[in-house]
Amino acid sequence: MPGMCTEMSTTVSDFEQVKADSRFLRGGIVEGLADPVTGAISDNDGKLLKFHGSYQQDDRDLRDERRRQKLEPAYAFMLRARLPGGVVTPAQWLVFDRIAREYANGSLRITTRQTFQWHGIIKRKLKPTIAAIHQALATTIAACGDVVRNVVSTANPVESPAHAITYAWAAKLSEELAPKTHAYHEIWLDGEQLVGEQAPRGEEGEPLYGTTYLPRKFKIGVAIPPLNDVDVFAQDLGLIAIIEHGQLVGFNVAIGGGMGATHNDASTYPRLADVIGFVPPEQVSAVAEAAVSVQRDWGDRHERKHARLKYTLDRRGVDAFVAELESRLGFALQPARPYRFDHNGDRYGWVEGHDGRWHLTLHIESGRLADVGERRGLTGLRELAKVHTGDFRLTCNQNLIVADVETADRARIDAIVEAHGLDGYRRQSAIRRHAVACVALPTCGLAMAESERYLPQLLPRLEAALERHGLSDAPILLRLSGCPNGCSRPYLGEIALVGRGPGRYDLRLGADFSGQRLNQVYRENVDEATILDTLDPLFARYAAERAQDEGFGDFLLRAGVLAPPPTRSTAATVLA
Amino acid sequence: MDVQKEDAVNAVAAPEFPAVTLDAARISQLAALVDELTPAELYRVAAWCAARAEQIPVGSTQAKAVGAAEPAPQLTIVYGSQTGNAKRLAEQLAGRSTDSGLPVRLLRADAYPQRELARESHLVVVISTQGEGEPPDDARGLVEFITGKRAPKLPALQFAVLGLGDSSYPLFCAIGRQLDARLAELGGQRFVPLGEADVDFETVTTPWLDTTLARASEVLKTASPALRPAPLHAVSTRTLPSREQPFAATVLGNQRIVARDSERDVRHLELSLEGSGLHYRPGDALGVWPRNPPTLVTQWLEVLKLDAASEVSHQGRTLALSQWLGAERELTRLNRPLVKALAEAGGHTDLLALLRPENSAALATLLTDNQPIDLLRRYPTNWDAEALLAALRPLTPRLYSIASSPKLVGDEVHLTVAVVDYQAHGSAHWGAASSFLADADEDARIPVFIESNERFRLPADPARDIIMIGPGTGVAPFRAFMQEREETAASGRNWLFFGNRHFARDFLYQTEWQDALKRGALDRLDLAFSRDESHKTYVQDRLREHGAEVYAWLKGGAHLYVCGDSSHMAKDVHAALGALVAEHGQLSADAARAWLDELLQQGRYARDVY
Repeated sequence: MPGMCTEMSTTVSDFEQVKADSRFLRGGIVEGLADPVTGAISDNDGKLLKFHGSYQQDDRDLRDERRRQKLEPAYAFMLRARLPGGVVTPAQWLVFDRIAREYANGSLRITTRQTFQWHGIIKRKLKPTIAAIHQALATTIAACGDVVRNVVSTANPVESPAHAITYAWAAKLSEELAPKTHAYHEIWLDGEQLVGEQAPRGEEGEPLYGTTYLPRKFKIGVAIPPLNDVDVFAQDLGLIAIIEHGQLVGFNVAIGGGMGATHNDASTYPRLADVIGFVPPEQVSAVAEAAVSVQRDWGDRHERKHARLKYTLDRRGVDAFVAELESRLGFALQPARPYRFDHNGDRYGWVEGHDGRWHLTLHIESGRLADVGERRGLTGLRELAKVHTGDFRLTCNQNLIVADVETADRARIDAIVEAHGLDGYRRQSAIRRHAVACVALPTCGLAMAESERYLPQLLPRLEAALERHGLSDAPILLRLSGCPNGCSRPYLGEIALVGRGPGRYDLRLGADFSGQRLNQVYRENVDEATILDTLDPLFARYAAERAQDEGFGDFLLRAGVLAPPPTRSTAATVLA
Repeated sequence: MDVQKEDAVNAVAAPEFPAVTLDAARISQLAALVDELTPAELYRVAAWCAARAEQIPVGSTQAKAVGAAEPAPQLTIVYGSQTGNAKRLAEQLAGRSTDSGLPVRLLRADAYPQRELARESHLVVVISTQGEGEPPDDARGLVEFITGKRAPKLPALQFAVLGLGDSSYPLFCAIGRQLDARLAELGGQRFVPLGEADVDFETVTTPWLDTTLARASEVLKTASPALRPAPLHAVSTRTLPSREQPFAATVLGNQRIVARDSERDVRHLELSLEGSGLHYRPGDALGVWPRNPPTLVTQWLEVLKLDAASEVSHQGRTLALSQWLGAERELTRLNRPLVKALAEAGGHTDLLALLRPENSAALATLLTDNQPIDLLRRYPTNWDAEALLAALRPLTPRLYSIASSPKLVGDEVHLTVAVVDYQAHGSAHWGAASSFLADADEDARIPVFIESNERFRLPADPARDIIMIGPGTGVAPFRAFMQEREETAASGRNWLFFGNRHFARDFLYQTEWQDALKRGALDRLDLAFSRDESHKTYVQDRLREHGAEVYAWLKGGAHLYVCGDSSHMAKDVHAALGALVAEHGQLSADAARAWLDELLQQGRYARDVY
């Protein structure tokens, strides 16, 4: 909320009390779901529901119209899966697809955290939807809320055998750091467990989280250089896989990244993570758990805007945090190992793995799979899932990899892709293929301006400008966000629009191409015409003056269009 | 109804109060006691006084001898009315009879003391028939009594029955016919033949009332003026807007209250009665004189190849044909006489065949599934304007249950209008009044009048609980009830059953009910949305689910109200009530039915169904 008082209050935030009173995330959710008079649940239960993977939203396009109609807002729920590393089997895909059509708004939304969101699930369908997800051996627990969220990892699965091991670490961390409450099974699954599932058993408790969980969300990402598709420096805890001679030897540990900020509030800001050392694989779980526990105890529970780990670090100092971490671990981190990131985008098209199997990366605009006109992404993926024998990987750039395909099957996959208009990656402009947009209106309660719905209008105008300057092939990272909270990681866009109000954005420029330098505000609170008028001469100079392979953001800095960034805007690199 | 209340007070407190033996203080006390009583209540008081008079021992032999041997020659007019038409006609007859100097008493059927039937000398019954040959709720008891075994022989009775009905239904005027036959069977003599009025009842009732008044004057003219009771029908000295002289109410607001993706349009209208002198009470209806949809008028003129501007004279009035069709004639409701006229005018043999008695089911289907325009298109007929007008019924006003309490909204009156607008036979169809109202912009003027409904009133005792069952637009009067109960700080509990198709689209007044629940004004709200799940759920299902509590409320004296669709809902609700009373009262099915009938008789179970 812009302009809100940023003084730290002396009492714990209301949210903390709600958590404490919730009996491990139960609250009044069951009663709220059963209330037939409203499609909503109470505010407090809405806070708790996030821990179960769901946000209460309403169709903001209809809000005022329905008020006049003496109808409550068109409440519906967003449900987010927890899919470590973004891996989805074809069988799961078919279930998720059915859920999209039967319970949600007919679309699947790939998020910037490598998972699916369903939008528009009405209250009485929430339970059957979660049950169906559970039946597909997936879950929604802790997909949102003040806990460790979905653990992301580099999407391309089999560059080397070490990639599979890295993914396994992401999945293991996700499992270990999930809440242990029985409430999820109790509320959504009638206490039912599936074969092989780790069932909540025995006395209930949260050994790691305690009754009030974390002060705020906690994001973990695992990157395998040179690809930084997870934007590892935007994570609370980033793990940089160090692979030597094809073997995973361990991870560099980075802490304190985060994107969210509040307009006009200098006490909030995006921050890139600090690399604090190296750990061998067998110590990763302990390090992650200890990092979470320090943040649990040190994080600000009075003011949620200052509750992320990044503020804890800046308040207490990185050194103090590391000392505490090592004290709890009982061992010291090793010095960070060299690494190098080339870029943070996705590699489109077919890529051959180390084992001779193939992986096809498709560009999914804003991650939205729906059937609209010629582009029938939802149906196309359903058809793919029916014949595909490998798996699917969601990427942190809202794209999709059809992974693990035999050479002989490529033609069949290509045919389905083409028939459903999913082959845009072959001919789209470079900026289109590097664009990321958050959901924003009409469902997101935080949005101040359009994002996903605006992208298709903005892109042709940018493409036209770039084409005028012969830049159609220039890969420029474009990131749109409807608010400053940063789901699309806008502070790492070479060009970023951050919503201020309807039709108005902050224009930010100057990030690098690999997620290691934050951009800066270039024009504040401007409309589209101003944005285009501002960019056009910059495109002209870039076209005329750029060096070989020089990114747009790097160029703007070198050319002096932008002031040199402060040190904290750049990730400390340990170059290979 | 307040309009009539004023009139009634004028009549009772007027100087010509016939109580010559009472002193001024007593008269004043009496006037104070009956102040604010409704007409029906006043008649009940009068009937009660009369009954008391006969029980007083002093001079009782004489009184009884007179009563038993020679019935007091007065005209008793009894009505049974569901929508108010029969009541209004009975009131008209009573008023005109009083004006003619006849001794008259006017009673609603459920206020009629059944044991007096044996002593009745001149009885007029005005009664409607509902749905599949049912009596109106207020006349169930009397009809049962007259048609039952306990009815007395009536050798001295002179009677006349006016039945109201709808010829679209197979058992047209069944109750009127039944009573007419039964009264004759019991020994009564008809002084006027049975009148059978269809939907355009005035064409039958106007001459019937004239005849009845004339005949009544003849048979009663020898009556002694000394025995006349006080005139029981009021004669108003003020001219208030009425059905015949409606008030042009300004539209203050016209808001769709279902979601954009709802299959039907439902609108909330707010009209101003400011300056009209009209008053209403929760439970009353607002009569609306509609105009036919202009597009429909154009379609008629095109199909019939007639000129909109041509001047046409009919029944002594001359208007442009478009004016006749737009504002004076019924164009949206198909009826048997119109089918007959069309069939004969065009020589359409298949239509003529439908009119034969053995084809009544097919005719009923035709009447249900078509508007007149459909038949005009299907059966091309050369009709000149005069013949057309003669075949068409006059346009009649539509009644809408009022959705507001004047205690909250002052001079406003609110309506909940389901807009009839659908596709059939390849073209758009409209309901006359609902589309007229739906299209009314703010500041438009709507001709309206108040139609009081004494059968649908909140309990006089504010501590009584009420159960309201109002699916769809049937919820309208309960909005009025809740406003009234809250404004008067009534202490009784309030329980609403509401249903419609979809929760997200058709939850009429959702936010108002939610707020009322939060304030504690509404105690319970149970909902049934029929199209949200694969199995359909209706209000009667919710009633059954909560049967034990519903029964407990009723046992505790709660009043029960049902408003809405009469063809299915009211019957299903009635059946569900019967079942739950049987189950939770541990009664046989018959006993449960009797228990409910008793509630109806007591006025604790009231229905406003249409």
